[in-house]
Amino acid sequence: MAETIMGPVAGGVKLSAQHITMVFQRDGKSTPVLDGVDLEVGQGEFLCIVGPSGCGKSTLLSTMAGFLSPTSGEVRIDDETVRGPDRRRIFVFQERGVFPWLTVDGNIEFGLFPLARPERRRRVAHYIKMIGLEGFEKAYPAELSGGMKQRVEVARALAVNPDMLFLDEPFGALDSITRLVMRGELLRIWEAERNTIVFVTHDIDEAVQLGDRVAVMSDRPAKIQQIVKIDIPHPRDLSSPRYLELRNGILKQLGLAHKV
Amino acid sequence: MYRSPQILRGQLRPVILIAVLLVIWQIAVTRQTIHLLPSPVEVVGGIADLVRHGLLLKYAVASLFRVTWGFLLAAGLAIPLGLSIGWYRRAEMAFNPLIQILRPISPLAWIPIAILWFGVGDLAAVFLIFLGCFFPLILTAINAVQRVPAVYVNAGRNFGLSRADLVYRVLFPAVIPQLITGLRITLGIAWLVVVAAEMIAVNSGLGFLIVDARNAGNRYDLVVAGMVVIGVIGLLLDMGMRSLERVKSFRWSYSED
Repeated sequence: MAETIMGPVAGGVKLSAQHITMVFQRDGKSTPVLDGVDLEVGQGEFLCIVGPSGCGKSTLLSTMAGFLSPTSGEVRIDDETVRGPDRRRIFVFQERGVFPWLTVDGNIEFGLFPLARPERRRRVAHYIKMIGLEGFEKAYPAELSGGMKQRVEVARALAVNPDMLFLDEPFGALDSITRLVMRGELLRIWEAERNTIVFVTHDIDEAVQLGDRVAVMSDRPAKIQQIVKIDIPHPRDLSSPRYLELRNGILKQLGLAHKV
Repeated sequence: MYRSPQILRGQLRPVILIAVLLVIWQIAVTRQTIHLLPSPVEVVGGIADLVRHGLLLKYAVASLFRVTWGFLLAAGLAIPLGLSIGWYRRAEMAFNPLIQILRPISPLAWIPIAILWFGVGDLAAVFLIFLGCFFPLILTAINAVQRVPAVYVNAGRNFGLSRADLVYRVLFPAVIPQLITGLRITLGIAWLVVVAAEMIAVNSGLGFLIVDARNAGNRYDLVVAGMVVIGVIGLLLDMGMRSLERVKSFRWSYSED
């Protein structure tokens, strides 16, 4: 069985969400979305959050990134309360966040305005190469495939050298082959840069393939139901008994085991 | 550049259609005994007459001058105002009813007031064109801001853009495609309004030409000549604005999302 480990992996706590509740008010009706979420993310950890669709995963992620303020509770990063978005922590919105009026070059350079021009050019060239889009520097997003746009958005985020990345179902809109390739690339980048990553997905396989730990959320109003440590080193063998055991454990936790 | 025969044929088709209609028009007019319309040949003669007297250029320039000023003033005022109103939800709630009441009033209904305020002359005509452009443009600008996807603004905030930079680097580029379409449609409106305004409020321009040609001796060849010139200039203005829509960094739209 999957064991539950509450504490983060190693290197100290990077982010700590402390008893986050979120209640949305609309047309005089209040909808509780998050019901006391407690979560810690370790320095340099890759944490995945899974849960039933509409359970508030994205709301939790937006709150951690500072785009939403919780109704009660607080998010602390590096021991400071989060009061808004910050360029040290970049949120990746599927590929929809790529600016369509800028070229690939222009998008990656977007956040680099505080830097001198030679350094900007150096970083843009570096990340274009990293995401394998050499030759597409002057292309506009409309000329790119979904997977290419997604890589541009990830490169734009990495270029400002953030210490955290928040990814909201970043590969959800991609076809299954591109998605597999992108997972591999994200892991490669993470192993090279060791940013702290919080990755929201509804795909349990994806979570178990990528994460150091997987946080399982309950239905709305959501809590963290369980945190599963994925103790398989990368590259992970997706047919190993341990992988299947962990994955089935999470499916069971969500009440989905052997039901298809 | 090499052009395939298909493209050439595609461009020829409208020309052929117009030529056929002109021939039918000419035949129809020569077979009629009562004079309902000047023939194409007479209209060409009328245009030649206008060119000879230097009136064609003079009147076209006079009309374009009024359109330019009315249109630019409206754009300069309506776009910043509309963008601000769209950005602040409360402002939109306050302004919207007023705009919706003023908008359906035809600019031509303002003619008496325009003459009262500015007298018979360029200013009155410019004012009417301004009114005709202002309301469509302000609505376009409000709409454009409200349709900017939140992800773009959030991404801009995430990278730590200042408020001014957020407007300059995210909001402006995001609304430009819609604004250009709005400007194109509005320039068409301005060109419609100037002709009507010139029939009443001034003593020059293509609209004045049409009224004057009728009043001063039923010169219907000049009336239709004026109409043809108005149509051709309108087409050229629209083609000019369309070429803006083809600029690469403007050509995207977020309709696909």
